[in-house]
Amino acid sequence: MLNISINFAVTFLATENRMASMLMNPIRSCSVSSSWAVRFGARSLSTTAQLQSQVQTKSKKTLARPGVKNIVLVEGVRTPFLLSGTTYADLMPHDLARAALQGLLKRTGIPKDAVDYIIYGTVIQEVKTSNVAREAALGAGFSDKIPAHTVTMACISSNQAMTSSVGLIAAGQCDAVVAGGVEFMSDVPIRHSRKMRKTMLSLNKAKTLGQRLSLIGSIRLAHLSPELPAVAEFSTAETMGHSADRLAAAFGVSRVEQDEFALRSHTLAKKAQDEGLLQDVISFKVPGRDIVSKDNGIRPSSMDQMAKLKPAFVKPHGTVTAANSSFLTDGASAVLVMSEEKALAMGYKPKAYLRDFVYVSQDPKDQLLLGPTYATPKVLERAGLSMSDIDVFEFHEAFAGQIMANLKAMDSDWFAQTYMGRKSKVGTPAMEKFNLWGGSLSLGHPFGATGCRLATTVANRLKKEGGQYGLIAACAAGGQGHAMVIEAYPQ
Amino acid sequence: MTTRTHVNYEVKGDVAVVRINDPNSKVNTLSIQMQKEMTEVMNEVWENNAINSAVLISSKPGCFIAGADINMIQGCKTPEEVTKLSQEGQKMFEQIEKSPKPIVAAINGSCLGGGLEFAIACQYRVATKSNKTVLGTPEVMLGLLPGAGGTQRLPKMVGLPSAFDMMLTGRNIRADKAKKMRLVDQLVDPLGPGLKSPEERTIEYLEEVAIECAKGIANKKISLRKEKGTMQKIQDYVMSFPFVRNQIYKTVQGKVMKQSKGLYPAPLKIIECVKTGVEQGPVAGYLAESQNFGQLAKTSESAALIGLYHGQVACKKNRFGTPEREVNTLAILGAGLMGAGIAQVSVDKGVHTILKDTTVEGLARGEQQVYKGLNDKTKKKSITSFERDSILSNLTGQLEYKGFEKADMVIEAVFEDINIKHKVIKEVEAVIPPHCIFASNTSALPIKDIAAASKRPEKVIGMHYFSPVDKMQLLEIITTDKTSKDTTASAVAVGLKQGKVIIVVGDGPGFYTTRCLAPMLAEAVRLLQEGVDPKKLDALTTGFGFPVGLATLADEVGIDVAAHVAEDLGKAFGSRFGGGNVEVLKTMVDLGFKGRKSGKGCYVYQPGTKVRDVNPDIGDILEKYKLTPNPSVSSDSEVQYRLVSRFVNEAVMCLQEGILNNPLEGDIGAVFGLGFPPCLGGPFRFVDSFGADKLVNKMRQYEAVYGNHFAPCQLLLDHAKDSSKKFHK
Repeated sequence: MLNISINFAVTFLATENRMASMLMNPIRSCSVSSSWAVRFGARSLSTTAQLQSQVQTKSKKTLARPGVKNIVLVEGVRTPFLLSGTTYADLMPHDLARAALQGLLKRTGIPKDAVDYIIYGTVIQEVKTSNVAREAALGAGFSDKIPAHTVTMACISSNQAMTSSVGLIAAGQCDAVVAGGVEFMSDVPIRHSRKMRKTMLSLNKAKTLGQRLSLIGSIRLAHLSPELPAVAEFSTAETMGHSADRLAAAFGVSRVEQDEFALRSHTLAKKAQDEGLLQDVISFKVPGRDIVSKDNGIRPSSMDQMAKLKPAFVKPHGTVTAANSSFLTDGASAVLVMSEEKALAMGYKPKAYLRDFVYVSQDPKDQLLLGPTYATPKVLERAGLSMSDIDVFEFHEAFAGQIMANLKAMDSDWFAQTYMGRKSKVGTPAMEKFNLWGGSLSLGHPFGATGCRLATTVANRLKKEGGQYGLIAACAAGGQGHAMVIEAYPQ
Repeated sequence: MTTRTHVNYEVKGDVAVVRINDPNSKVNTLSIQMQKEMTEVMNEVWENNAINSAVLISSKPGCFIAGADINMIQGCKTPEEVTKLSQEGQKMFEQIEKSPKPIVAAINGSCLGGGLEFAIACQYRVATKSNKTVLGTPEVMLGLLPGAGGTQRLPKMVGLPSAFDMMLTGRNIRADKAKKMRLVDQLVDPLGPGLKSPEERTIEYLEEVAIECAKGIANKKISLRKEKGTMQKIQDYVMSFPFVRNQIYKTVQGKVMKQSKGLYPAPLKIIECVKTGVEQGPVAGYLAESQNFGQLAKTSESAALIGLYHGQVACKKNRFGTPEREVNTLAILGAGLMGAGIAQVSVDKGVHTILKDTTVEGLARGEQQVYKGLNDKTKKKSITSFERDSILSNLTGQLEYKGFEKADMVIEAVFEDINIKHKVIKEVEAVIPPHCIFASNTSALPIKDIAAASKRPEKVIGMHYFSPVDKMQLLEIITTDKTSKDTTASAVAVGLKQGKVIIVVGDGPGFYTTRCLAPMLAEAVRLLQEGVDPKKLDALTTGFGFPVGLATLADEVGIDVAAHVAEDLGKAFGSRFGGGNVEVLKTMVDLGFKGRKSGKGCYVYQPGTKVRDVNPDIGDILEKYKLTPNPSVSSDSEVQYRLVSRFVNEAVMCLQEGILNNPLEGDIGAVFGLGFPPCLGGPFRFVDSFGADKLVNKMRQYEAVYGNHFAPCQLLLDHAKDSSKKFHK
């Protein structure tokens, strides 16, 4: 394990940055979660029907509103999320996206021409496939008559893909849209320096041999040093990990709290994986390699092992380490979003309603990762719900410290009043409802693909646990954030 | 136990957290009270067996220790008293340095002078990487030296070259640079909003990190022996040769002499103290430091520089109170050098700025100037390219009066022609809201003449900026008897926001600064006519302490502007402003020798080279207007006093006539706007220290030769008659 964590740290250091994600969890949670696990185990033995009837009776009116179209999540799938540089290493982004699309086709059996539109989210773009949605759709065998576009909004890119789909359906433009996300960190565009690019572009235009030779002669050694993808927030030049460390310090989040949360994430993810709860994961035959059917970043360690790691960003006194941060991940996800009418007409049993959602943004320097804090009260207000109404929370875990900081911010009247212009705090999610099948820290975080994973997980957990309302929330680079309320589809 | 007001401590675990906080001031200074309480506290820390280490931290956001208490030093009567103060400081810091329990200085905000000397006596330094955290030894700017061990410890800590650089320039060093120089050991990032305000939490975080460091040092987990880089090792090795060190002393001494012309004793004494310490050991070094500190504190140069410091502080306050409305939108007419310069210092303070010109070319040039000014800052890494762009979003360039209806203030920087100014004021008043202030950036036209075209003269004021606006600190604000107090308050508030040092003067031709400069320039022209070479003229003026020679200054200002001003003021003030023949300047302008901007003036300017030759073509002009010098008043020294006495006499006359409100503003205006020798502290302090009677005698001597250009004014005569009369008490 030590070896592994060192490798892990190295990979992390070599490339991390500028992606973001998020998650939340409050209080030290190991003991809580174990008692919860017992309860959960017990629950899963009982029959689904029983559970659902219980829940349905104790609640809770539907969030359907007159005049607002009901939009449903029919199904969601994802490729296994793998540490970058592992089994997917030789693929291209659209290969992963294609696998997710094919998985969705297979799972839903939807005819390849029954979809009206396809939207994908991605963050680090492969320049050859800048509209990766289109390339993946064509390769997956969808009709070439289906338009496709690609969106980018840092770690909430696939959330944006989903809400764009909701928009298209709500506006009556489409009835069935596939949304998804993909990120491929095993290969990123590394460019020639600006000077070299300029020389090469001039070379194209040079007409005579003399002009060409003089251009070639102007190349200096310094021109040859490559330009790596920016590792920092463009506006502030600060890496995300560094910002997360400062955020944790600002909210007084200790190293131990962070390590405990990270351990919780890995432990819960392992359990969910072992119990077969991660049903959104499809098997993927990687060309030239074996069939991959499991996430490979889940590694419950021990507090002692984690305590040995050195801080990755703020040295020597920082608290964010490779082990309590999300790691660089390859993966893709896809969901089928439809109007309720259309889904029912096609004979589907939807998983959930996609209800209210919000996007927020704030100072990209000091509040880079506080998206969930800002988005949560807003979306709850829109839906007319309170924190205690929510049965299932899925927050994106960018860094354990970031989750803890968000939880503390959400629990602070002072913060709500001083920075959010609210009368009082929104409160914190109950930990026994929070990211129970692991999160980005353990499952992995392919930036562009995480949003769909969160939504599908909420839908699956609502079904499994018998809850009615779920909430997803995420932070993203640029100081942005997103939250969405999801309602279970009546059984 | 007596209650302490300035220094307190609490024990956290086995670490004493010593907090400094001067209850009577915004900044902490090493006052007598502070030092007394610090000694008490440190003794308790050393005696307490439960304490193994200590952290020294300030409770004031934005200030660690800003330096020694200047009033304490000025309060001393003799050099010996000051020397004793220095020795007490040395002793206290020696105890800190030799402390058996490690002491960590936790620095947030300014750590200057005595504050820095305190910090470097500690075993370890942690600093916040905030813009407000600056370290430095600014004593030299007050004509002093770091007198509490600084000249001895700094060279050991950062090496001779860096130590000299710090102590001789007095410049502020930001935290990240300080880390690279090994001046601080560890950096802490400033924090954003959390469960407390960012400032409060950042100090807490700094304290937490410093406590961990203190514990680490106490239990030997953190080593105080620093790993030296290869460059450092090479440098140390090279420095171990006495001849290398001697070469450094010589080079530094040479540089100082070249720049200061030997007019400033402090830099030379700093070199002497460092040299004594390095070559003869600490005992001799500390002694030299304290004695030289004592001597310097009682020099006229130090008094002059400290006077300027106090003056500068005073001129950074708004004595007219808070204006009724804040200026949020500022419109500037004319995107020339001045207009664009004013725009540059406004946009970066968050003021929405409209820059209007009449031609696309003029506007493009002006916008480019603002961009370049900001882009140069990104190159120096003082702002990021993102900040540059976001600052520039405050700038709107345009050719029409659109948006002026929202302007709170309009500053015109159009051509210096009263008819154009009148046209502009009428156009502007047709579009601005009633509360909007109209300010003119004229350098010589009386404001009341400009205001004559205004429907609302109470809203008209002069704001005279100096070129280049982003570099020159001074702003001269001119009020007429009709200008309302709120208009003045608002103009001062805008200037302060732009970071200016402000003097507020009465209206009249040339106001204060231009009016003082004009007679001196007239004298300079006469000297050229008498056959003094421009280079010689420059040498004589810089030799007196002016940072820029007069011939060079004329080129910078523009020969055309100088000719214009000389003619205007000559008409207004008559023969007192005579001397040189204005035709010399006019002929130069006719030939296109307008100064630096046209490539030729007194000198020839070629892009890419700093070497300038005297413009050979002015020889003919000067030949044509040649005058015969009178040997009795043409020695180098007499020439200097001819120039300076006319300047000073005019300044005193401005006070006499009520153009100036007080001598302090007169000194600040002359030094910060015109480069009057800082070591003399300004014209008024110069009269005090040189002696009004001596000056009058000299002027009488020149008057006998040249006539009433040198007639001393009544106020100067009054001071000459009564030696107890001083401009500065």
